[in-house]
Amino acid sequence: MVLSPVIAVFLTMIVGGMMFAILGKPPLEAIKVIFWDPLFNDQFASYSRPQLLVKAGPLILIAIGLSIGFKAGIWNIGAEGQYIMGAICGAGAGLALYPSESFLIFPAMALAGGLGGWAWAMVPAVLKTRFGTNEILVSLMLTYVAQSILISVSSGLLRNPEGMGFPGSRNFKQWDAAFNAELIANTGLHWGVVAALIAVIGAYMLMSRHIMGFNIRLTGEAPRAARFAGVKPARVVFFCLGIAGLLAGAAGLFEVSGPAGQLTGSFNAGYGFTAIIVAFLGRLHPVGILLAGLLMALTYIGGELAQLMLNLPGAAIQLFQGMMLFFLLAADVFTNFRLRFGKKGVA
Amino acid sequence: MKRRTLLTSAALALALGTTAFAQDEEITAGFIYIGPPGDGGWTYEHDQARQKMEAHFDGKVKTIYQENVPESADAERAITQMALTGADIIFTTSFGYMDPTIAVAQKFPDVKFEHATGYKRADNVSTYSARFYEGRAVQGHIAGKMTKTNKIGYIASVPIPEVIRGINSAYIHAKKVNPDVEFSVIWLYTWFDPAKEADAARALIENGADVVLQHTDSTAPQAAAQEAGNVITFGQASDMAEYKPLPRVSSIIDDWAPYYIARTQAVLDGTWESTDTWDGIGAGMVGIGEITDAVPEDVKAEALALKEALASGEYHAFTGPLKKQDGSDWLAEGEVADDGTLAGMDFYVEGLTAEIPN
Repeated sequence: MVLSPVIAVFLTMIVGGMMFAILGKPPLEAIKVIFWDPLFNDQFASYSRPQLLVKAGPLILIAIGLSIGFKAGIWNIGAEGQYIMGAICGAGAGLALYPSESFLIFPAMALAGGLGGWAWAMVPAVLKTRFGTNEILVSLMLTYVAQSILISVSSGLLRNPEGMGFPGSRNFKQWDAAFNAELIANTGLHWGVVAALIAVIGAYMLMSRHIMGFNIRLTGEAPRAARFAGVKPARVVFFCLGIAGLLAGAAGLFEVSGPAGQLTGSFNAGYGFTAIIVAFLGRLHPVGILLAGLLMALTYIGGELAQLMLNLPGAAIQLFQGMMLFFLLAADVFTNFRLRFGKKGVA
Repeated sequence: MKRRTLLTSAALALALGTTAFAQDEEITAGFIYIGPPGDGGWTYEHDQARQKMEAHFDGKVKTIYQENVPESADAERAITQMALTGADIIFTTSFGYMDPTIAVAQKFPDVKFEHATGYKRADNVSTYSARFYEGRAVQGHIAGKMTKTNKIGYIASVPIPEVIRGINSAYIHAKKVNPDVEFSVIWLYTWFDPAKEADAARALIENGADVVLQHTDSTAPQAAAQEAGNVITFGQASDMAEYKPLPRVSSIIDDWAPYYIARTQAVLDGTWESTDTWDGIGAGMVGIGEITDAVPEDVKAEALALKEALASGEYHAFTGPLKKQDGSDWLAEGEVADDGTLAGMDFYVEGLTAEIPN
């Protein structure tokens, strides 16, 4: 189980390298640019290393929340929507107080962001527990609703009044009290990254030390046994969706007030969906997710560099990332099952 | 200078096993694209211009690009990495890269930046755009003449002044030749999404539109119109010639190559300065693609005459009398719009029924 991600990455390098070779690019060079240069290149690693944290932070934060639900068999596919709503509520709370320079603004925004994501996740939770709807569909569909709300507020309610009629909110980078700046210069370490690290530790404690973590795992692995043991399914649903929404919402706020800087119709860039891959790549384990998030960020940043330096097409990079998940799933199948040829099953 | 030498050694290290870099490359020009070069529209034309520019300098200029860069936090990283890997001039080719471009430019005072379609400049940031609305005028004229249902569909992208200008210009000139014409506008809030673009085109056609205009980057609306039949379209940003002679009856073509060549030459010569360029048909930045035989001879002749008048400056696409949508006066008889108003246009002209999303 622990080995299969390593095998998957290794296979991705081999097959991906073959693909690069077919495209007429030097395979070893490409692998080096993707996996090595963002970390150790003399010329720009000092920039791309911190960027790894910036890119991985929201992925890890969201994936941690998702993994708790996935353990319980609660499939929240709508983290992207919760992420967007968190950003809208948090940014809205801040912008309502513009141009105050109070030190309380940023904490208030973070709180509003988390609550926004939480509230958005409560919709599928309530519908599931009250009416038995499927949380996969409801949470996914709510993502599209959130996207529409995002477009509406970024070109209406929260639009920068000094933006010459162009859509997009005020830029938080120009407003110190609300800007989620780097805590230590040139490290990429902003509050969202700190929150992600705390979430990793918190999730580890929850799942291995706390009775709620036990209940969650029990619900996922043996729902009937869980019920006999007195676990209330509705409570687990509310807890899992709530925590996922909370973390995704907070991630949205940290992103919009930091690296993105501005609430626009396109600030979100699909983190909520990519986090699902990160959660599975990390085997739903907090430490695994931490590593998977960093690895995913590495392939993004390395992939961009490969485009620049080797003229690799963007689609080839996406294929490369897709391969990683594909090989992981394949490795899992072969860990759990064995291929047997030519032998009829004996009853 | 220091960065140059570093770059050279890095490039040499990288060249291991690749075809050797040309020896006499003097500068590197980078491009940030919103879509893939294969979109057949907006990004395609920028990429064509990049290639023409590279060919023009014959080895003296190396070009690099990154495609599908989202207008999010990723844009700032992409531009920064491009500057770090040694680009001397960087063209960021979508409106949403405006704030990221300005932010990166502050960190790299020696690198020149060129942002397309924005309004923020700095000592090392120029802006450039084309007067697409002139092309829209020609388009509106043909559309108004050709429609039989009097319903014209318009696939709009993001509600920024550039797009609103296009809608207004097309509407004014369609209305001029056909007072019964009606526009329905669908906003997609994206520049490039073939699936959404195709859906929008189908919805407009089902509602009776027999002309579909688009301000999005892909050829998906053209394909949807071809499938439906009896609908005409216009190539957007690029000629989209593969849909000739129907549904595509003409097109607005962006030609960025002369601009890219001139700006890169300025970097080579050391004469680059921050400027604001806004050229139209006259300067060749906006071209009108071949008007096919599906358009009657007389309409074609009128359209070409209109194009000539716009090119020579004899006629302005926004000439009074014009009123705003709310009925208030905008331009008096014979008065033409000033560039400031056009650059920040956030209103429809009288007669358009929908509202600008706000």
